[in-house]
Amino acid sequence: MSDRSAKAHTSVTDRVRALGPRRIAALAGCLLLLAPPLYLSSFWLQTGLFAMVAVIAAIGLNLLVGTAGQLSLGHAFFLAVGAYGYTWLADDTHRSGTADLSGLGLPPLLAFVAAVLLAGVAGAAFSPLSGRLRGMYLGVATLALIFFGHHAMLNAESYTGGFNGRTVPEMEILGLSLGDADDGLAVLGVPFGGLERLWYFGLVLVAVAALAARNLLKGRPGRALGALRDSEVAAAVMGVPAARYRAAAFTVSSMYAGAAGALLALAAQRVVPDYFSLLLSMDMLAMIVIGGLGSVAGAAAGAVFVSVLPQLLAHYSDALPLVVSAGSAEPGLGSADAARFLYGAALVLTLVFAPGGLVSLRGGRAARALRGLPRPRRPAPTLPSTSPQPSAGATTGGDTLKEHTP
Amino acid sequence: MNTLAQTLFNGMALGSVYALVALGFCLVFKASGAVNFAHGSLLLLGGYLVAVLHEPLGFAGALAVAAAGTAAAAAVEALVLRRVARANGPAVPTILTIGVDILLLTELARRIGGDVLGTGDPWGAEVLTIGGVTVAQARFYSLLAAALLVGAFLAAFRWTGWGLSMRAYSSDAEAAALMGVRGDRLRMSAWLLAGALAAVAAVFLAAFPGTGIDRTTGQIALAAFPAAVLGGLGSVGGALLGSVVVGMAEALATGYQQQLSGLGSGLAEVVPYAVMVLILIVRPQGLLGAKESTRV
Repeated sequence: MSDRSAKAHTSVTDRVRALGPRRIAALAGCLLLLAPPLYLSSFWLQTGLFAMVAVIAAIGLNLLVGTAGQLSLGHAFFLAVGAYGYTWLADDTHRSGTADLSGLGLPPLLAFVAAVLLAGVAGAAFSPLSGRLRGMYLGVATLALIFFGHHAMLNAESYTGGFNGRTVPEMEILGLSLGDADDGLAVLGVPFGGLERLWYFGLVLVAVAALAARNLLKGRPGRALGALRDSEVAAAVMGVPAARYRAAAFTVSSMYAGAAGALLALAAQRVVPDYFSLLLSMDMLAMIVIGGLGSVAGAAAGAVFVSVLPQLLAHYSDALPLVVSAGSAEPGLGSADAARFLYGAALVLTLVFAPGGLVSLRGGRAARALRGLPRPRRPAPTLPSTSPQPSAGATTGGDTLKEHTP
Repeated sequence: MNTLAQTLFNGMALGSVYALVALGFCLVFKASGAVNFAHGSLLLLGGYLVAVLHEPLGFAGALAVAAAGTAAAAAVEALVLRRVARANGPAVPTILTIGVDILLLTELARRIGGDVLGTGDPWGAEVLTIGGVTVAQARFYSLLAAALLVGAFLAAFRWTGWGLSMRAYSSDAEAAALMGVRGDRLRMSAWLLAGALAAVAAVFLAAFPGTGIDRTTGQIALAAFPAAVLGGLGSVGGALLGSVVVGMAEALATGYQQQLSGLGSGLAEVVPYAVMVLILIVRPQGLLGAKESTRV
């Protein structure tokens, strides 16, 4: 294919011009993210960790939904595989209360990697369907995963602890425990407990996840998937094996969900079946749509928005009109309900008024989108996105293919 | 033998309720090209309206209002769906229905809370004995009502002008428009019908031996999704066939619970999806779905 030379053309100039300030901003943002454990309370650290979980899961789901155009409502299942997989692999066989729990007792880091692979295997096992069903058909088929998963979580008690779930063993890296160990570790006078340590582990995971997704989308697989989404026939003619790429996108995306699930288990310290419901899958879809389908940064932004919003509302429920804290007898919206209303509405409004999501609202595009004018198509999601190019609006659909034309 | 007969009857009755849901689902898909994930919540809305209104209005009046209300809600959803841009892939309208579902379900779950609401249906816990087989009266009437409604629908689909334009529109929207079919009205009629059918289905889902309307009733109705998909989305006959298959499978799993206990408790919830996955592995287009072909 001739895309290599075309890419070299655009990227050299674009990178110098457009990515310069962005990269500096990104670096500054990364440095800022290192600071919270020194300042924030454990409530916000926990919230932040859950946001990281959401970011990883959303980036993965976005590969599937945003780029490949395949719908999945089953990703809560893969989070569950990651969470329970890590717990089972890292925990020892022991007796807890009245239940006998099995476990392999692997070193935690190894268990973490194995849990991600396990989720990948589960995703690959679904490939007879994920490769052959398109778009929303796959969405309905993946509903099955939620119900299978729920059934397994409740019934395979020696692995999952049944309805009550099971506690999660702490992460340990090179002898350093990432749990609430009594080793008196302190940084700049701030005692570093489990959440503070996990924060950095989570940051590393998010960085790896984002970089991997970015590179995947930038290269051949990303282009192939985008082409498949826009026109299967055109993609097939260009030599993209549709079934294989769809199944691969599903598998990779389930591995992301697995990693998110394992991190979730670490942050929550206990895994219970109820969390991994259809609602979680829907929330994840809301994240990527609000953020912007097909964009790594968008997925991250949407994930932070959807996962932090309920906590924000709960925390400031006293100061907000209409919102009351959960369990309060006062009339008004519970904070969790209020948050669901807000991001449900955000999802609908995004799709109607700004289908590109949050990322498309940069640089004055909001005004254009609000006036209902045709939005110039975003360039391929992971390329350094720049100011709207005049030619970008000329063709509708097939933005991913556009680069191939000279 | 009696158990088998009873199980088969229950399967048919359950299948008939699913058929009402799956039919609406299939209609919406034909009209708007989107899988309506808010269908479960529409059904819950119908059930909730009946539960709230049956005291002041009586059961029949409540059902009529509920059907109208649910149809109106479906119409609003259709209006929103019309505005959505489809540039980001064919799955986008479907994702929009998930947003609608989040909004509707949050509000309904908030109102219903932990309660189980009775719908005040006239059948109560009565049972009928037909030829030595004891069945709940409500089940019998659900079968009857579904047969009537589906029969009326099929007749209309086959013999009325509306049915003809519907069939023409779903096979080629552009050509149908050129022949004077009003796409907007047609789409709207499909959504209205789907909403009304969902409200009726809600009443029968809640009736004995069901316990009533609670916040998860919508999720129970999700079992109609596999029914529509395994029959072949967009095929009315497929949706009906799929509903019977799913209803039967679920009734068998419930009826022979003891024999199947090795597979864990609560199997009935999973069975519709297991059947769907197995059928989709063999026939990705569903039982009666047409194999897709693309002309280049």
